Amino acid sequence: MTRLNRPLIYFAVIGLLYLSIGILQSWMLALTVLNDALIAAVMALGVNMMWGYAGLFNIGISGFFALGGLAVVLVSNSANLEAWNAGTPRILLSLLCGGAFVFGGVAAYRKLPSAWLRVVVILLLTGLGWATFEYVYTPAVEAVEAVNPASAGNIGGMGLPVPLAWFVGAGFAAFAAWVVAKIALGLRSDYLAIATLGIGQIIISVMKNEIWLDRGVKDVYDLHRWPVPKEVNLQNADWFIAAAHSMGIDVRTASALFVGICFALISATVLVFLLTLAETSLNSPWGRMMRAIRDNEVAAEAMGKDVKKRHLQIFVLGSAVVGIGGALYAVFHGIFSPHSYDDPLRYTFLIWAMVILGGSGNNFGSTLGALVVMLIWIQAESLGPALMHLITAHLSDGPLKSQLINSAVQIRLPLVGIVLIAVLRFSPRGLLPERSRN
Amino acid sequence: MEILNAAVALLNYVIIPATSYAAQLSLGALGVTLVYGILRFSNFAHGDTMAFGTAITILFTWLLQSFGMTAGPLPTALIALPIGIAATSALLLLTDRAVYRFHRKTKAPPVRLVIVSMGVMFVMNGLTRFIIGVKERNFADGDRFIINAAQFRHLTGLHEGLAIRSTTAITVVVAIVVVGLLFWFLNNTWTGKAMRAFSDNEDLSLLSGVNPEYVVKVTWLIVAALATIAGVLYGLDKAFKPFTYFQMLLPIFAASVVGGLGNPLGAIGGGIVIAFSEVSLTYAWRKVFSYLLPEQFLPHGIAQLVSIDYKYAISFIILVVVLLFKPTGLFSGRSL
Repeated sequence: MTRLNRPLIYFAVIGLLYLSIGILQSWMLALTVLNDALIAAVMALGVNMMWGYAGLFNIGISGFFALGGLAVVLVSNSANLEAWNAGTPRILLSLLCGGAFVFGGVAAYRKLPSAWLRVVVILLLTGLGWATFEYVYTPAVEAVEAVNPASAGNIGGMGLPVPLAWFVGAGFAAFAAWVVAKIALGLRSDYLAIATLGIGQIIISVMKNEIWLDRGVKDVYDLHRWPVPKEVNLQNADWFIAAAHSMGIDVRTASALFVGICFALISATVLVFLLTLAETSLNSPWGRMMRAIRDNEVAAEAMGKDVKKRHLQIFVLGSAVVGIGGALYAVFHGIFSPHSYDDPLRYTFLIWAMVILGGSGNNFGSTLGALVVMLIWIQAESLGPALMHLITAHLSDGPLKSQLINSAVQIRLPLVGIVLIAVLRFSPRGLLPERSRN
Repeated sequence: MEILNAAVALLNYVIIPATSYAAQLSLGALGVTLVYGILRFSNFAHGDTMAFGTAITILFTWLLQSFGMTAGPLPTALIALPIGIAATSALLLLTDRAVYRFHRKTKAPPVRLVIVSMGVMFVMNGLTRFIIGVKERNFADGDRFIINAAQFRHLTGLHEGLAIRSTTAITVVVAIVVVGLLFWFLNNTWTGKAMRAFSDNEDLSLLSGVNPEYVVKVTWLIVAALATIAGVLYGLDKAFKPFTYFQMLLPIFAASVVGGLGNPLGAIGGGIVIAFSEVSLTYAWRKVFSYLLPEQFLPHGIAQLVSIDYKYAISFIILVVVLLFKPTGLFSGRSL
């Protein structure tokens, strides 16, 4: 195989696999896997930018991903005037106050001449800031959460078009990443990993508990999904019924398929757009500089490159891409459920497995990895129990057999783990290794 | 009298729970720190190693219980513990042989080993869910309390009650014994000294005839024992759920890093710092204040600094602050 056609062959094979799911199982399943895989590919691209370009170890992906979903809630949901009147401006004010005090603390730390003066001023600012924040924040939150708690209780959105949420999601994730980076980016790689793991968990616990923000564990349902139409509307549209009849599919299945295809097209467009940007930048002098920094920080620094600044830049950019993935995901599933993000295996480490399998440093590799790993992840869930039925066919019915069959769903975890371990053992550079550019 | 009541409330709601939590965290952090000191990578599979050991122990506990065998006033799980340790040791040695050894031989960069440990984490997590499911399991039996609140009130005549759960006492006693044994082992036996030497200066220790494979094997055995004991104690004290063990990864790492990664004494210190901060910051202090302050000075709310939902933030902030100002940890890490 020459270097040129190797990616093509891999992508063709994986494409055939997806087609075979459609033919052998159902087209709906194939579309669901494809949609989840495309969104995961966007996330994997973000991780690859951080890890593959710059060697930054971020395992708080699930948090940045959830921020993208939050953006959808805040941007596209219809406005809640009652909540706004009850205290939304006051909440925003309290957040601004808090931010101002943090900023003041940082400035005090940087500017003040003597150490003990710094300590005193910072302690003072912390106490004062905390008190002010609590004073402004708590009553406003209680007021907002009291507004119609059964169906709302949150501040609502801005009623703007969904695609805007992609940008806002990217912005949220980028801002969170900027804060983390300012604190933790100078740390050694495994310390950075632990710090990002922490920040991911914190972001998700904020979303789970701040009911005024996103209804917390009560979830936000029926997210807007413009420009994709709703199934119900399609089923009542004359042109759609006619089209479905002419193709000989019943209207319900047809509407689900149509929606799935629309989502796949949107995700694919976003992915292709981001991939193009990522590839272009990687091939530019900027990309060369990033690789130089990754491969030898000291040498790059000696050549006058600002390593810290570049790391910050790529960390923010990569996280923003993950945030876009989060926005796509929430819209696709139509629900924002902070509780479900509290699963780092699915939303962080699975993405890492995709990047490693695909080939760290290669953008197309991470897309390929996403397509393969998501296929394994979803298929193992249904094929595991089926296989276990076959294996245990000769066993008599009993607790052991039912335990085996019920647990077989979990086969997907070891499977992904084994794939990851095997790749690192036999081909640490992944399926599509990073191109050498000499 | 009021001061005594306040002290008892403090003891009951802050010091005793924090002590047992500190013991559990320290044992977990010791495992992480040993792997870091000898094998030189951060082991992300540690939480799931704990979960696996606990799951095996629970299964064996149930088996013993079904035979009608219990440990009287003590939890049956203590009898089943050696089996759990043995199974975990076997699993870790197998993992090392099948997975980590290759990367050690090829001198892979530490960060690759970290990613490998993520793969191991997936496998172990799946294995645990496979053998015991994802539901919460309660396996504590034996006496529930050494002294309960009513008895204490009756005994002392104080208004505030003090309850010491037997699992808490067992946790602390077992942790002290285990840590004592570990330090005795590291300081007094030939193998322990070899481990310390290997951790301190690999090349020099090889020159002195230390067999690296032997050191690594012993390390995994100790890590298996520590992880299983920590997991079982945590499970006895709270309840067993595979996912909680994964979430403990953050406080455990925070404890070992805060103390100084690679330093066993630091792991214990870090465990204590993290546990006490977490418990005291999430405790609603109103009760203690109500004994100490006159009515008009009492705070309006429950006087809780941080909501219990944000306990991760506490480990995180301590971790970050320590790393920024004293990157080698409070006890200066990097050798056993």
